[in-house]
Amino acid sequence: MARLNVLLLILVIACALGVVTSQHKARKLFVELQKEKDRAQQMDVEWGQLQLEQGTLAMPARVEKLASRELQMQLPPPGKIRYIRSETGAVVQP
Amino acid sequence: MNYATATIQTSGQIALPAWRSRVLFVLLLAGLATLLVRAVYLQGINDGFLQQKGDARYGRIVEIHAHRGMITDRHGEPLAVSTPVESVWASPGDVEVSSSQIAQLAQIVGLSAAEVKSKLTDTSRGFVYLKRQLPPDQAAKVVKLAIPGISLQREYRRYYPGGEVTSHLIGFTDVDDNGQEGIELALQAQLGGKAGSQQVIKDRRGFIVEDVASVRAPKAGSNIALSIDSKIQSLAFREIKLAVEKHKAKAGSIVVLDAKTGEVLALANWPSYNSNIRAKPNVSVLRNHAVTDQFEPGSTMKPFTVATALEAGTVKPGTVINTANGTFTINGRTIHDTHPERSLTVAQVIQKSSNVGTAKIALGLPPVTLWHGLSESGFGALSGSEFPGEAPGMLRDYRKWRPIEQATMSYGNGISVNLLQLARAYTVFANSGELKPVTMLRQETPAAGIKVFSDSTAQSLRDMMEAVVRPGGTAPLAQITGYRVAGKTGTAHKLENGKYVDRYVASFVGMAPASNPRLIVAVMVNDPGGREYYGGLVAAPVFSNVMGASLRLLGVPNDAPLDNVMLPSAADLIGEEV
Repeated sequence: MARLNVLLLILVIACALGVVTSQHKARKLFVELQKEKDRAQQMDVEWGQLQLEQGTLAMPARVEKLASRELQMQLPPPGKIRYIRSETGAVVQP
Repeated sequence: MNYATATIQTSGQIALPAWRSRVLFVLLLAGLATLLVRAVYLQGINDGFLQQKGDARYGRIVEIHAHRGMITDRHGEPLAVSTPVESVWASPGDVEVSSSQIAQLAQIVGLSAAEVKSKLTDTSRGFVYLKRQLPPDQAAKVVKLAIPGISLQREYRRYYPGGEVTSHLIGFTDVDDNGQEGIELALQAQLGGKAGSQQVIKDRRGFIVEDVASVRAPKAGSNIALSIDSKIQSLAFREIKLAVEKHKAKAGSIVVLDAKTGEVLALANWPSYNSNIRAKPNVSVLRNHAVTDQFEPGSTMKPFTVATALEAGTVKPGTVINTANGTFTINGRTIHDTHPERSLTVAQVIQKSSNVGTAKIALGLPPVTLWHGLSESGFGALSGSEFPGEAPGMLRDYRKWRPIEQATMSYGNGISVNLLQLARAYTVFANSGELKPVTMLRQETPAAGIKVFSDSTAQSLRDMMEAVVRPGGTAPLAQITGYRVAGKTGTAHKLENGKYVDRYVASFVGMAPASNPRLIVAVMVNDPGGREYYGGLVAAPVFSNVMGASLRLLGVPNDAPLDNVMLPSAADLIGEEV
């Protein structure tokens, strides 16, 4: 009887230690997960900012200004635009 | 056993009465029992209190921010994006700061040193904002100062890449990210996210170590794709701005509609403001004139009168109307034409924009028929755009019309519209008589319209309106190289305190290519201050520039030869009837 009790006691202690270690491991992993989540959010934020930046840089008014001032581009007069009809009859975008 | 007695007896020094040890024993036992009962009570019966105290040591409820949806144009270009910024706050009781740090801090947050100091020393408050919504690079400088008691709080701010080009359309949000104007307000329910909260366990260093339970899941706002085309929007904005400045006008608005689907491709006003700047200008600049202002449309109304008469069968396009040398008296009031003619056909009435002719056509109709034609075309009712603050316009009850009112209404006086409504009404001519609902949102399938006029009526009106832009009409400046154009000018006296004054609203509404209209452009210039005030001189060139460039942008095939533009000599220019 006494021997069985000692055995059970040892088992209980082993289990308790097991619970403690796995809890600790779980917490560690959870912290990792949390960090990755934060990183994902950070990237999300960065994506939004980049999108905003791209939107601002690509505003038609700005592109037009750069094209005409720095690249000396201009709209062709309507007479110089030729429309090409494809065989299906649809118009190819100029 | 009685240890107490035994001990005393073996020591043999003092003999104590036996009851003392018994009393002590009972007392100890009673104490133990009390503790036991208390322990059972606290941990078994009334366990909530301790549980709560324990949770409060490490359990935390954290807010989870829900992102506000992005607004994009029809091609996915962002028009409004939320991005995080930091707000600087202090808890004055905990602040320890030197005067040089105050100076540095003041510089970063853009306040005077004295202001910062007074905020930091006001210990009656536990929480005070030093500066809300600081850009991330500035916030990093605050962190570097490492002043105890000063912290950052993450908040979200809305940015509008389009600035003044799209400000009236998109509107803006307040500091707490709620829509205040425009689309931001109209679609607040879809755009706005619902913040969630989560119960977690945090360790000593503030890391979250365990998710306990989700109290409320966050719901992010949905992204919204508008029907706007940002290239056409930018074009329309630029042209209306140039026109308002050139003609020294008070304001101007422009609406571009897809004639087939009723989608709004562009909607712009000048003067405008930059929605990225928090300090807003006065209310008159904030107004989206194209939607919230109603005005008397003037002659742009005439096609609807004529279409109603054609539909009722009282006239045909070739019917000759006696325009009586440009004067016509009803109920003691005289209507004038500035270009008197003895007689005009119905088609010429539209081309030359004759008030007398239109009035006579209108008086040939019973009031209820005319009212029906106008009402069916969408006058006097909201356009369905769901834009906040839209003016419904006014179409009075036909049972109260006097003949003079019926006559003036036929050419657009005594009736009021907003520009979006007017542009929408023209979809009936562009779509073989079908009135299309307008929408600000991108449509996958075109919405069904309501049939107002017959196919042939719409076609005749398009033919008549094509004559308007040819020499001999009121708007040769609306012509576009390579495309046929159908449109109508309008020049209306402004009403001030119930009286017509010699100030004007110049407008032009038109569609192209006339053979199969793809776009409708409506232009309104309010109170041009220069010498020119006719719709054909002020608004028509704006139409021509925006329409021509948009059609080329969309790759719409030409339906006219490239030498189609015929400008009359200056002497032949026909002014509008006003």
